[in-house]
Amino acid sequence: MDKKAYMVANPLTPNNPVEIDPKLCNGCNTCVEVCRTDVLVPNPEKGKPPIVLYPDECWFGGCCAGHCPVPGAIKMVLPLNQRICWKDKQTGEYFRIGMKNPPPPNTKPPVG
Amino acid sequence: MSNYEEPLGRSTPEWPYPVRYGKENEVSMDVLILGGGIAGCHAAINVAKRGARAIVVEKGPVIRSGSGGAGVDHWHGACTNPCSKITPEDMVETFKGCRSGLATSEYGTGPTSYILFKESYNALLDVEKMGVKVRDVDNEFSGAEFRDDETKLMFAYDYENKHIIRIQGAHVKPALYNELKRLGVEICDRVMATSLLTEGGKPGSRVVGATGVNVRTGEFYLFKAKATVLTTGPSLRIWAFSTELTGANAAHDDPNCVGDGNAMAWQAGAEFTLMEASGRSGGGFRYPPYGTGNAHNTWFACTIVDANGKEVPWVDRDGRVLKTVSERYRPAPGQRMFYHGGPLPLPYEIQGPRLIPDLPERIKKGEFVLPFYADLPSMQEHERRAIFGLMVGNEGKTLIPIYRTYTQAGFDPDRHMLQANVLPPEAAGMYQPWWNGIGPSQWRETAFGGGGGVVFDWDLKTNLEGLYAAGNQLAGGSNHPGAATTGRYAGRKAADYALKTGEPVIDRKQVEEEKVRVYLPVNRKDGIGWKELQAGLCRIMQDYCGEYKSEETLKMGLRWLDSIRESEVAKVCARNPHELARTLECLSRLTVGEMIMHASLARKASSSVLDFKRLDYPDMDPPEWEKFVTIRLENGEVKVGELPINYWLLPPNAPTYKENYKRHCGL
Repeated sequence: MDKKAYMVANPLTPNNPVEIDPKLCNGCNTCVEVCRTDVLVPNPEKGKPPIVLYPDECWFGGCCAGHCPVPGAIKMVLPLNQRICWKDKQTGEYFRIGMKNPPPPNTKPPVG
Repeated sequence: MSNYEEPLGRSTPEWPYPVRYGKENEVSMDVLILGGGIAGCHAAINVAKRGARAIVVEKGPVIRSGSGGAGVDHWHGACTNPCSKITPEDMVETFKGCRSGLATSEYGTGPTSYILFKESYNALLDVEKMGVKVRDVDNEFSGAEFRDDETKLMFAYDYENKHIIRIQGAHVKPALYNELKRLGVEICDRVMATSLLTEGGKPGSRVVGATGVNVRTGEFYLFKAKATVLTTGPSLRIWAFSTELTGANAAHDDPNCVGDGNAMAWQAGAEFTLMEASGRSGGGFRYPPYGTGNAHNTWFACTIVDANGKEVPWVDRDGRVLKTVSERYRPAPGQRMFYHGGPLPLPYEIQGPRLIPDLPERIKKGEFVLPFYADLPSMQEHERRAIFGLMVGNEGKTLIPIYRTYTQAGFDPDRHMLQANVLPPEAAGMYQPWWNGIGPSQWRETAFGGGGGVVFDWDLKTNLEGLYAAGNQLAGGSNHPGAATTGRYAGRKAADYALKTGEPVIDRKQVEEEKVRVYLPVNRKDGIGWKELQAGLCRIMQDYCGEYKSEETLKMGLRWLDSIRESEVAKVCARNPHELARTLECLSRLTVGEMIMHASLARKASSSVLDFKRLDYPDMDPPEWEKFVTIRLENGEVKVGELPINYWLLPPNAPTYKENYKRHCGL
């Protein structure tokens, strides 16, 4: 199997705080403008999704996802060492944020 | 700094914003507000309402910046709401003589606490007018015991006395931002203030403006102002820094909270106190705030069960076991009120219900088995929804990171019990937010619960003419409504001063010197980067100014900070405006570290309230040291002073809070 490899720096930790769906993102950069630490910067190519330049500085406030005008285009992802578990009171079944085959989403909105 | 791309000739994409180091922008204004968080926004709004022109200078985007930028769910100190059974006077009387917990001791309850109790509800009505939901207008909680049917206000914690209000404040910051726009306040986003300018360029003189640098373009800013309000954040990451341990960035406080304001006010000659106070930090071992099963703060008073479903009992302050959930929200028999302000030990007078205090021993004996769970399904629907939905869902950093993330992953509070992070029995049995985790004892922090800050008077004015402060810059700590109320007050006072004072005169030499200083890191080719400098500063603080301090270690710490300033700081390099901003932050932290060490040297006694231990003065709380120790710079020398506890009620001030407030509040 021939596969090219590159001399690159190690991935930063965390390295995936924000997931942008390139098919949905319209490149409006609203997320860039609400991020307090400039984790996101505009793509040099206009209209393309922003670049997650400083993932290691993410505060995990979720303002980018909260202000995105396109539903589902941007997702704040808690890093692996920040994922907690829960348990069904009746069945005793265990769950975890990030698990394979998660239960269906709970669609009840918050108050307000 | 190692850069593998350059020697290989690989092309790194160019910086996405225009780079204009040194390009000067000049702004002249009545009132300059440094920091656009909760305190800064309320200050600017009140300056504008007073008829003066205001500008807000903010390192991030005002629409979401600051520690309160991602929401608020409960509003403290609302004593003047129509349902409250506690008056502002009752509240300050309760704290009198308290010596446990900085925020609830006399150290932390000066004019700011009375201002909070007097104006908190008014500040809430302000944000309600801006569009924030503060009542149960949709009647989702009709019939709930924490709801008042007439006003539709909903209360947290003490359901008898009703002084803390549950609100739907996830979007409070965009509402404040819109109000600034409506009132014509100028907003200067992405500019970090770097220094205060003083009359004649002389430290200790009237403050006449500030300098700043744009964190995206590197442009230079010169702000001229008749009055300045310091509303920047507390100093964080002074002892612990790691981006590898993501929990370090999981704290409630904004990572932009550096202590820039402390550092620049210090250089300008402002007087500080309580800088020696600190607390143990969970640092990189945190979970997301409010994101694990809990019984504290926003999760008060959730039912907790152990791994086998056995319920952990709740008790009142006298150890009486509480049989119902409802009793957890009531004062003990004979108790006037209870108060919840943070993880600190509270005085007996205001101690609220809590999980059994001997829980650590009972975990060790095997009576309760870890891990614990938040048993939301067992709670009555209104209480469950109030915790997960109303509070988790609106509190800072809970709408997207917790509510949306957890529910999309399938979490359903009607059926599921959220796990508490597993901690050693001593910590799992402690009644404090478990998500904070525990770190090594030399990992300290200054924020939340009351850190050091500027000394202020009943005008919220510092010792420097023209310089006011609000929020976390005031000694003694703050919370969301604390920032809002002191912001309102300082805004009024700064506007009144600005409207009757003359034009400021800038000393050009002072500006030029600052301009040289701020751009040094971008004019270097090789050297260390900001992260290594930051970690190095933290190591000095951990080693020489950790949990236990002494004359020897503190003096040695100051020596090595100075050595770093001479050596590594002179080599630190920044490759773009973002790195420049982060580097300048490290220099602020270096100054704050020095201030902490000077203050620690000046307090020659140990103090439990300040969580301050001197190995060479091990006696805890000697009465002669029950006072504020102050520090300030004068002609490059550190001047140590002191102020009595309650200095705000001693001449020239009036002997009561009520009278001082009446004389000074400007209403």
